[in-house]
Amino acid sequence: MGILVNPSTRVLVQGITGREGSFHTKLMLEYGTKIVAGTSPGKGGSYVHGVPVYNTVYEAVREQGPVDASIVFVPARFASDAVYEAIDHGVRVVVVITEGIPLHDEIKFVNYARSRGVNIFGPNTPGVMTVGECKLGIMPAHVFKRGSVGLVSRSGTLTYEIARELSKHNYGVSTVVGLGGDPITGLDFIDVYKMFLEDKETEAVVLIGEIGGDAEERFADYYSKLAVKKPVVAYIAGRTAPPGKRMGHAGAIISMGMGDYKSKRSSLESAGIPVAETPSQVPLLLREVLRK
Amino acid sequence: MKLYEYESKEITRRYGIPVPRGRVVENPEDAKRVAEELGAVVIKAQVLVGGRGLAGGVKAAETPEDAYAVAERLFSSTIRGEKVEKVLVEEKVCISRELYLSLTVDRASRRPVYLVSEMGGVEIEELAKKYPDKIHRIYVDPSVGYSDYMPREALQALKLPWTLLQDLANIMKAMYSIMTDYEAELVEFNPLALTCDNRLVALDAKVIIDDNSLYRHPDLQKLYGRDLTEYEKRAKELGFNYVELDGDIGVISNGAGLTMATMDSILYYGGRPANFLDIGGGARRESVKEAVKLMLTHPRTRVLLINIFGGITRCDEVALGIIEAVKEVCARKPIVVRMLGTNEEEGRRILREHGIEAYSEMDDAVKTAVELAKRW
Repeated sequence: MGILVNPSTRVLVQGITGREGSFHTKLMLEYGTKIVAGTSPGKGGSYVHGVPVYNTVYEAVREQGPVDASIVFVPARFASDAVYEAIDHGVRVVVVITEGIPLHDEIKFVNYARSRGVNIFGPNTPGVMTVGECKLGIMPAHVFKRGSVGLVSRSGTLTYEIARELSKHNYGVSTVVGLGGDPITGLDFIDVYKMFLEDKETEAVVLIGEIGGDAEERFADYYSKLAVKKPVVAYIAGRTAPPGKRMGHAGAIISMGMGDYKSKRSSLESAGIPVAETPSQVPLLLREVLRK
Repeated sequence: MKLYEYESKEITRRYGIPVPRGRVVENPEDAKRVAEELGAVVIKAQVLVGGRGLAGGVKAAETPEDAYAVAERLFSSTIRGEKVEKVLVEEKVCISRELYLSLTVDRASRRPVYLVSEMGGVEIEELAKKYPDKIHRIYVDPSVGYSDYMPREALQALKLPWTLLQDLANIMKAMYSIMTDYEAELVEFNPLALTCDNRLVALDAKVIIDDNSLYRHPDLQKLYGRDLTEYEKRAKELGFNYVELDGDIGVISNGAGLTMATMDSILYYGGRPANFLDIGGGARRESVKEAVKLMLTHPRTRVLLINIFGGITRCDEVALGIIEAVKEVCARKPIVVRMLGTNEEEGRRILREHGIEAYSEMDDAVKTAVELAKRW
């Protein structure tokens, strides 16, 4: 799905000199991602793995030309500022890796981005990857094989687990999209499924959800009304989660009578989407829906 | 982070929203004294768990002597497992109608939303299930904030007379200020009472603060962690995400989703998870050791299941952490390990030297842990 990112996508890394930023810049470069610049206020003029570092996005764009996408490794309290800086300088895809950003900051910059047609992935996401082409994230690339399954998820390691199960059964992935583990995220399942529908390479979609909120229920409702659709298989984490407790992700909490496992599972199943009991069942269910 | 009712009401009062007169006290003598001032009172246990009313945490007292007796009983009780340390003694209000009004964050529209219902006094969970049509929603654009049409709309939904418009407007405006000033996830009045003399009074108040914003609110940050269990507290201090459950298979994993999936698989194969413990990404030997020690000494845990998908987390670091923990703790609980990914071979070798054979498939490890828990 080259719609989001591809080998010619020009990438900026914000917070490139930090431990995570620098480490993953190296891995992304090795994957073939075209990183043209990095920013880190006060560290301008240096290089990280050969990538020039600038103090501001303005300067990065002026020196290196426009960038299409940015990946943000900036600490939580400065992350929203980094997002605004990217959007205000024409970046159309912003991947926010940072975890722990205050909720009301997220509400503001996510609305700001959406009103300008900018796609935000995250916050608290492993990123986005067009398998074999471009990695804009922190996922371990080797577990993903290239293929025709679209992967969209609210989680990180669980996505890798399921990608590995798919690989074991010879299912490859076209694009993997991390929506983010926070209550407010830039995109949701519906947004990304629409992209998969338009993508010629994607034949089926694996949806990895979890307790909290109603994104899965809304997707089920949307899916059941579609005339033309590609098959979907789901896994939902958090069947054993008690209400009112945050399960690691800020967004994984059953609250105000919303977001429990049962509701998600039954909504998906009544929309005709099979839900796997364990990660290892995902490829088996996939085989069934693809046979139909 | 949830605030207690009395804390929420202090804020509410400061923002000009009417609340009943009252005081929070820590012993029956003081409860009696407050009742002497106020006359007939309602005494409310200050706990953070939900469903307080149904659990007997709210009682009326007509005389100061009653107040003493009621408070004494509450202080010696627990509400859904939570000990009562403080009670709020409030004047009894003559209620004509109980309404529901809250301001929260709607994930779907990514905006704050007022939830308004004429059917107050019932928990919103129940209200949403039984009468979803009776909840009116007013979405707020965060770049604009509160606007005056909102109380007009809410007034209609609440079936209140126009004479109360200004009062309702003041309340809704103040709620929005509380949400933005305190970075709240929820500001809720349930019930918001229409009194017999036609006033609007917040009989109960609940404010939940966004944990991620606490660094900007040092006075609130001090309060953080007070509703955690002993093990939740210890895990928090070590920097883990931890939640207590009631099973007997201890769970340690990396990443929230995988940790939940591990717990769920335990249930699927017939066992019961004791906890949720996510060591996060890139955990080092020291922190793995602390996590394993925590669960080895956890009283309800009979078997420990460690499920690591190595990416930035290195399997050799994990293995070393496990071995060190086992050496330091004498508990002889079986440990089942599944590890995969970065430096997997080295991790396996380290474990094998100490008699632990690591699995590479999650299902196999989970099944073994469940079997062991049954036998142990």
